[in-house]
Amino acid sequence: MKVLANVSMVINLDKCVGCNACSITCKNTWTNRPGVEYAWFNNVETRPGIGYPKKWEDQVKYKGGWVLDHGKLKLRIDGKISRLFRIFYNPYLPELDDYYEPWTYDYAKLIEDESGKQPVAEPKSLLDGRRIDLNWGPNWNDDLAGSPEVASMDPNLEKEIKLEFERTFMFYLPRICNHCLNPSCVAACPSGAIYKRMEDGIVLIDQERCRGWRFCVSACPYKKIYFNWRTYKSEKCTFCYPRIENGLPTVCSETCVGRIRYIGILLYDADSVLRAASVPDQKRLVESQLSIIMDPNDPEVIKSAKENSIADDWLDAAKKSPVYKFLVKWKIAFPLHPEYRTLPMVFYIPPLSPVLKLFNGVDEGNLSPEDVFPKIDNLRIPIKYLANMFTAGNEELIRDALKRLMAIRIYMRSLELGSPNKDALKEVGLTENDALEMYKLLSIAKYEDRFVIPKSHKENAMNAYVERGMCGYDEFKDAVPELKRFSKMSLRIKDKNTKNYQLQQKEGVEFKD
Amino acid sequence: MMMDALGDVLWAFLPYITIAVFILGHVYKYATDQYGWSSKSSEILDRRWLGVGSQLFHWGLLIVFLGHIIGLLVPPSITLAMGITDEEYHRIAIILGGASGLAAYVGVWILLLRRSLINRVRATSDASDFLVLALLVVVMSLGLYNTLYYDIFIHPFDYRTTIGAWVMSVLTLHANPNYMTNVPISFQLHIVSTYALFLVWPFTRLVHMWSYPIFYLKRAWILYRGQETSEVVANA
Repeated sequence: MKVLANVSMVINLDKCVGCNACSITCKNTWTNRPGVEYAWFNNVETRPGIGYPKKWEDQVKYKGGWVLDHGKLKLRIDGKISRLFRIFYNPYLPELDDYYEPWTYDYAKLIEDESGKQPVAEPKSLLDGRRIDLNWGPNWNDDLAGSPEVASMDPNLEKEIKLEFERTFMFYLPRICNHCLNPSCVAACPSGAIYKRMEDGIVLIDQERCRGWRFCVSACPYKKIYFNWRTYKSEKCTFCYPRIENGLPTVCSETCVGRIRYIGILLYDADSVLRAASVPDQKRLVESQLSIIMDPNDPEVIKSAKENSIADDWLDAAKKSPVYKFLVKWKIAFPLHPEYRTLPMVFYIPPLSPVLKLFNGVDEGNLSPEDVFPKIDNLRIPIKYLANMFTAGNEELIRDALKRLMAIRIYMRSLELGSPNKDALKEVGLTENDALEMYKLLSIAKYEDRFVIPKSHKENAMNAYVERGMCGYDEFKDAVPELKRFSKMSLRIKDKNTKNYQLQQKEGVEFKD
Repeated sequence: MMMDALGDVLWAFLPYITIAVFILGHVYKYATDQYGWSSKSSEILDRRWLGVGSQLFHWGLLIVFLGHIIGLLVPPSITLAMGITDEEYHRIAIILGGASGLAAYVGVWILLLRRSLINRVRATSDASDFLVLALLVVVMSLGLYNTLYYDIFIHPFDYRTTIGAWVMSVLTLHANPNYMTNVPISFQLHIVSTYALFLVWPFTRLVHMWSYPIFYLKRAWILYRGQETSEVVANA
């Protein structure tokens, strides 16, 4: 057992209103530059829909993620040798038109126009300045716009999930990089530029090492790596690591008006990642991922964590982690497309659908659980659709989670009415304390409850006292003896000298009960 | 006398200037500008023509490059000892070199036209991208002229005992311009234009040649880095 920590997120889809405050603040912070105009480290998609970039879930086209080949995990874009042969041309790379051509408007025309007619600010390309017609954008099918032409191309839809008008459904899906435990982008990078941070699990691209081979873009099944056409390097969501290191939530979480995002620590067993990602039955992937999330109260786990220099304040944070509660204690949060086998570390609470149709004409106050739960399958959003998206098709997990969400509502309503009804809770295996805590976390969602983020222990990695005023002057660091240890140049040398430590290198690992 | 002076400059002075700039330029670039060290791919802006052009160019040039190494650095005595006569060697060189050279040549023209004609790619290119392609066109045009026209239709030219010997003399630091006196002008121009290519090499996208990721084959799949140790941990 090798216990490491991963800063993780839970997104409560039940409360997402699709306002895109997260997308805009993220863009203004990180990708407000030429070369990455089209890069949305955070985006919000309307589902059903084809998402961004177009049909990113179509892995036949893009070859993202891992597949199981005779019990052994391999990249869908093939092994290492094929990478060397395809290096001059990657046939699975999305093109800019799969995203959209970034544009601005010719605003000067509004005040300079002398024709006497109503002036129009025409859209022009940010790439070459020519006038373009807008026919696609970052959120083109927002609120089901363009359906059924667009929505029906959604790979998660199956024949039995109809898009007929009277059964139309939708919900929002905010997406960032999942900072996976088994990241296929890292595995596919020929230059070794992408890495996972040992301390907090954040996956980053070393901009100095990236050589622009672009395989990460294909290999990431979530299409959350963007190629900067101006610097010719790949870029991705950084989980706002400068903020996280200081105990602050990511920008997308901080500015979420619905307060639907939660950030906390998860402890995981790094030795078992490969095993967890290799379970043959994809419907059991959620379960196997949960099996390597470690209990922060288990003395064995704490011991191993300390051996890997995880500090006490981090262990405390892990115990208080809202992510751990949603994921393990209450089991209402699930990873996005676990079947890609990357073990993503951003989790989603599935949305309940409008209750109007369900309870039409029935007095809700007198409903017993027996009346509600059988009808979970008649919710407006088909369970099967949610299961295709969040549990690799395991409908039972989604059904249980929705029942729990419903049970808290029944209980809290009865509490307000002065006659606590515990039947629903009992049926889904929750206590009254659970319900109250879930209510507090899901509905009240106080800042300090949503975000339990320990500061990183930079004092172990740098001498902050000597480093005062040195920001941006890396080249001088070699001249200061106390800083030499931490300068980029010496780090690079050290990097080369350290031995590759193999955590697990067994052939044909199989998942066994 | 005039010709001797020019010969000395071209075949004994410029080669060393070129080699010095080539090596020191790379060291400088690697030490100071990792952020600018990239293959500068424009595939995301246009995939269709890149697929054809880039593959023809790169694979063709790879074979041409190997041919040059053998042709210039392996003395005729060795290939003779291996049982390949000079005539046979010459025929193989012309057929294999000519074919791969032509492939690369078609490729480089596709790349140049693509860069010039496709709006997105042109608008996001800088001067060095065009300079590199233009130089490659010049160098490759001369090279193909020598291989496929001069050698076949004018007069088979024995470059191994002349140019090859000169290259060896340069590399062993005893540059001897005399080897080059009777070399046809088109061969001389091929070499001089190559100087230009090597001189700009470290300061352009061509540096990505050194980044061909052969070490990837040995590497672990998943890389971890720690802030304290900068340790590279591998998983599976």
